[in-house]
Amino acid sequence: MSLTNIFDIAGSGMAAQSIRLNTTASNIANADSASSSTDEVYRARKPIFSAIQQDVMSQALGGAPGEMGGGLSASQGVQIEGIIESDAPLNMRYQPDHPMANEGGYVMYPNVNVVEEMADMLSASRSFQTNVSVMDSAKTMMQRLLTLGQ
Amino acid sequence: MAISFENALGIHQKALEVRVQRAEVLANNLVNADTPGFKARDIDFKAILGGVQSGQQAGGQLAMSTTNGKHLPQGGNGSAVGSNELLYRVPSQPSLDGNTVDTQQETAEFTKNTMQYQASFQLLNGKFKALNNAIRGE
Repeated sequence: MSLTNIFDIAGSGMAAQSIRLNTTASNIANADSASSSTDEVYRARKPIFSAIQQDVMSQALGGAPGEMGGGLSASQGVQIEGIIESDAPLNMRYQPDHPMANEGGYVMYPNVNVVEEMADMLSASRSFQTNVSVMDSAKTMMQRLLTLGQ
Repeated sequence: MAISFENALGIHQKALEVRVQRAEVLANNLVNADTPGFKARDIDFKAILGGVQSGQQAGGQLAMSTTNGKHLPQGGNGSAVGSNELLYRVPSQPSLDGNTVDTQQETAEFTKNTMQYQASFQLLNGKFKALNNAIRGE
């Protein structure tokens, strides 16, 4: 039944948004993690979202594409393709007194943009809320359906 | 005389089914609001239900049968081109990453669809109640 699919779709969205929130939390927490070498320094992590393509899957299983039944929706929710590290330039500060300073007196700070992360956090929590309300609506619709004929 | 549910319930059972499918498509749009390159989609409700209605009233007008998915549907009233296909929404504010989901619009459509689902449900429930009354004869 299609109504149960909505639970899966909204659930996949909530899972993806919570991973996004998780990376944001990690980025903000490590915004000031200093390091003396460019290899060891923390870099901002970003999740890559992609739509779960169901049509491709159903076609592979022998179903006709674009059929009214199972293949109707082009995709079924969202998934995290992977988590990448940002390529943005590292934040180098001249702090010769710092214990982590290298020979030149520079300390490497992560390339985390705290303002950007805060905006990302708000966006993720808003999207999470949207998914919760979608699931709530689906629940109401399903409960309603169970009273049919009563 | 046998009771045919097909005739007794009319369009409402199909309407409820399409509402559920539309809810699924809209939920999928909302979930992919942050997916780069995702294109928002929607079902043309009127076209699908129009197709059902013209199928029901087959007496007046002969419907052209399509045996292959690639056959072009018959033009004219009711059956729009690609009636049971997913269409792409025309974006009002496409974002830089190619995403065309407008969360506000989709939320509004989803809420509207839920209300229309409840309306279809009430009508279908009314049909069942009427049948029940007829059977009991009270």
